[in-house]
Amino acid sequence: MLQASRPAGVLQRQFAAAERRAHGRALILILPLFLFVLVTFAAPVVFLLTRAAYDPSIADTLPRTVASLARWDGKETPGEETYAALVADFRQVADKNTAAFIGKRLNYEISGVRSKVIASVRKSLSLTSPPYKEQMIAADKIWGERPIWAKIKQSGGALTDHYLLRSLDLERNVDNEIKRVPASQAIYLSVLWRTFYISALVTLITLLLAYPVALVLAHAPERIANILMIFVLVPFWTSLLVRTTAWFVLLQDNGPINETLQFLNLSDAPLKLIFSRFGTVTAMTHIQLPFTLLPIYGVMKGISPSYMRAARSLGGGPFYSFRRIYLPLTMPGIGAGCLLTFILCLGYYITPALVGGAGDQMVSGVIASALNQENNWGKASALSAILLVVTMALFFVYNRFIGIDKVRLG
Amino acid sequence: MKIRMFAAALLVAAISVPVLAQQEALTVVSWGGAYQDSVRKAFFEPFMKETGAKVIEEEFNGEIAKVRAMVETNNVTWDVVENDSMTTMAACAEGIVEKIDWAKLGLNRDEFISADASECVVPSILYATVVAYDTTKLKEPPTSITALFDLEKYPGKRGLQKSPFVNLEWALIADGVAAKDVYDVLSTPEGVDRAFAKLDSIKKDAIWWEAGAQPPQMLVDGQVVLTTAWNGRIYNAVEKDKKPFAILWDHQALDWQGWNVVTGAKNREAAYKFIAFAGRADRQADQTNYISYGPGNKNSIPNINPDILPHLPTNPENMKTGFIINAQFWADNLDTLRERFNVWVAQ
Amino acid sequence: MLKPPPYAMPVERLLFYAGWAFTALVLLFLVAPILAVIPLSFNAEPYFSYPMPGLSLQWYRDFFGNERWTGALMLSVRLAVTVTICATILGTMAALGLSRASLPFRSAVMGVLLLPMIVPVIIVAVAVFMAFAYFGLIGTFTGLALAHTALAAPFVVITVTSTLTGFDWNLHKAAQSLGATPFFAFRKVVLPLILPGVVAGAIFAFVISFDEVVVALFLASAEQRTLPKQMFSGIREMISPTITAAATIQVFFSICLLVGAELLRRRSERLRNVQPG
Repeated sequence: MLQASRPAGVLQRQFAAAERRAHGRALILILPLFLFVLVTFAAPVVFLLTRAAYDPSIADTLPRTVASLARWDGKETPGEETYAALVADFRQVADKNTAAFIGKRLNYEISGVRSKVIASVRKSLSLTSPPYKEQMIAADKIWGERPIWAKIKQSGGALTDHYLLRSLDLERNVDNEIKRVPASQAIYLSVLWRTFYISALVTLITLLLAYPVALVLAHAPERIANILMIFVLVPFWTSLLVRTTAWFVLLQDNGPINETLQFLNLSDAPLKLIFSRFGTVTAMTHIQLPFTLLPIYGVMKGISPSYMRAARSLGGGPFYSFRRIYLPLTMPGIGAGCLLTFILCLGYYITPALVGGAGDQMVSGVIASALNQENNWGKASALSAILLVVTMALFFVYNRFIGIDKVRLG
Repeated sequence: MKIRMFAAALLVAAISVPVLAQQEALTVVSWGGAYQDSVRKAFFEPFMKETGAKVIEEEFNGEIAKVRAMVETNNVTWDVVENDSMTTMAACAEGIVEKIDWAKLGLNRDEFISADASECVVPSILYATVVAYDTTKLKEPPTSITALFDLEKYPGKRGLQKSPFVNLEWALIADGVAAKDVYDVLSTPEGVDRAFAKLDSIKKDAIWWEAGAQPPQMLVDGQVVLTTAWNGRIYNAVEKDKKPFAILWDHQALDWQGWNVVTGAKNREAAYKFIAFAGRADRQADQTNYISYGPGNKNSIPNINPDILPHLPTNPENMKTGFIINAQFWADNLDTLRERFNVWVAQ
Repeated sequence: MLKPPPYAMPVERLLFYAGWAFTALVLLFLVAPILAVIPLSFNAEPYFSYPMPGLSLQWYRDFFGNERWTGALMLSVRLAVTVTICATILGTMAALGLSRASLPFRSAVMGVLLLPMIVPVIIVAVAVFMAFAYFGLIGTFTGLALAHTALAAPFVVITVTSTLTGFDWNLHKAAQSLGATPFFAFRKVVLPLILPGVVAGAIFAFVISFDEVVVALFLASAEQRTLPKQMFSGIREMISPTITAAATIQVFFSICLLVGAELLRRRSERLRNVQPG
């Protein structure tokens, strides 16, 4: 028995060794792309996410003040010791020319404080001897009030939740409690909500359009279906920008659609199609339709006609059989198509930017303007983090149940 | 051995020659469209001819984030950037652009309008945000900025810049605030509310523009009856494309912009040479041949073509009610007001 | 030819024809915008409307006579070719490795490699913009090529993987046991089988880079105007109907390439079907 089992053990070991070698070779083949994606894609994204919560600008520029404020009770103004620390910090700040960073950071917290802080830095240079408290308050009265100190204390760490809170229309008040921002500044929740709403709407419309078409094409004779599929694939292969350009042209006030409507006497004045919600949703639906359609079509092609025949021959009516037999069989296709379309919709940037109006901008557009116009990297990062978390959660579901490698490209 | 070293030397030479050639080229960034054309004709081309240096031109829409990224990471590929007043002040305070050494430049700072507003700028132009219209479509030409808010006399869509900038000032002026008090009123929460309330009255008739080329295009397409615009773009549509447009010279909002040297610019010497060239009175006068912005160098006025003078926003005839934008106010309050504006505009 | 099934009831017949009518409308909706724009690029007048007063090639002359557009076209082609080479090599290797079904964490690794397909492109653009700044890659050809390769490689992985489903690595082993070197066996046995997938993947990689605009908007600079970037600013500033000519050229490019890819895919499907096992 022992002797007999030996060769088997050797074989097993050899087999395992061969398997390991094969795995090793496979890993060597995968490694270059894996590392490439890690370096040029994953690392930058992770770096971006850290920017959402990491902002050491106050900690770096006002270290003494922050340390001194740790002992402040938070009531009224801090003591002379803190003012002395502030003046010492300010002198260093003036030396390194970093006043603007403090001004900018605190301006996010207290509007209009930017130039006052920068001016105070300059003024602190002319102060010769302590006590500094009176002199700083004389330089600018903001130093004699509680909010600025509370804000410096709050943002004194290297980590901050300011940007993430603001992305959800929340902020910390002077008592360090999380509160809603004033209604006149609450913008991001509505942008997030709008992004979900437009994505869901587009997903739903594509499904309503795609399902019957897929049904018809899947049961049409092979030759005809193949020809008609070209109508689906041609737009699928045309670039997103080109299709958006097409809609941009079509939706113009004096573009083909409005001209036709007026020619047919259906409207007197041009309808407002471009820069509207209608235009955005129409263009997005057009672009996403093939993404929803192809998986459904693929699933339907794989359903044997004998199921429906059986259902019917057993006495099921056409609607009953469809609802109880066919529809459930196509659910995987519906799930795959809709989930993919929804995920892709969440990230739309170009289309709303070009054919949407001021009230149709989605999260991506707001991220771009936070970076380009406001030069606020923390906010751009925080909004990116939120968008990414949602997308990744849905992607995980998709990959778990459908498999990303099953995506059809044509 | 010798051959190998020779080959290596050749290789090094082959690699480094294009690099050297690239370093001698100066990258200058301006604002695109008709404006970039004027800068090219008045500055880039004559500068290259006169000095033999190469200018690589780039255009942007004021995205200072790109400059910031370069400076923060020590990879500065732009040398000279033309910025508006607000951006200049913020960038200067943050150290993204350098303080100008006027002695090295060889120009007299006193000759420039608003040169004392920032340490980092050599002013290039004064441009005005104005109201423009199509003369063939309006029976009665508007005479006052209140026309923008007058839906009874001037019904129809109006083009507005998608920014709180200038819109808030005009809303207050149209609501009866004197131009000199505008920024005092805007500094109070009630004043901001008042400006937004006035804007509310024309919100449903507003079409928002973002790029400077859009307003003349909207007038061409007949999308709007009135639009706010940058005066040079309208002038160009009239002069070059023979469009029947006119500018309303009432309470036009003047703002300066100018040349900045990016902190850590690789070609600082060339950058200074270029700015000195672009600041010359004759060059600035020449620029007005291509676009009707007021030159930053006061000495260039006598050199300006008398046909163009009446079209400049700084012409005394046009300046009766014009006002200069308070860049300091906007540098402090833009973030908050833009947030509020974005909330308002999307509602 | 197009008839409802024989067992259909009257209501079903009605639905059947209604279904075809609906399908016709939806298919029209899909192609009409693209087909409507192409004729406008031959419009004699600078308007976006029908009927066209006359035909002219002026927007094409404008396109090919303007250094901005031709330069953009050249740059886009150069970039797309670079990206295609890098993405095809990296993607094919990875797909070959992933074809071993027994590999531990295979689906997780696959997920990571395909992430760039699914992460919103604005996040990629912003992230790459912030990170590449540290390496002086902003405004460089290298930077653009690296970012585009990361976006394009997943498509190569997918197409090659799909040609490898059902591929039996024993064929490779058999070739080796008959004395072939691993590389020779790969070239003579594996490559011919996966070649259609590799070429199709390469075409996708080309198109992805050729059409990409968001990353280019953030990363490209100085003299780097890619065709999509130039089109984007053309639309933003509403310059002229030259954008319709540019769009037509782009449609033509993409369709030609992708029809090629589709033909290859069908060929490889046929090849797989005749394969034993």
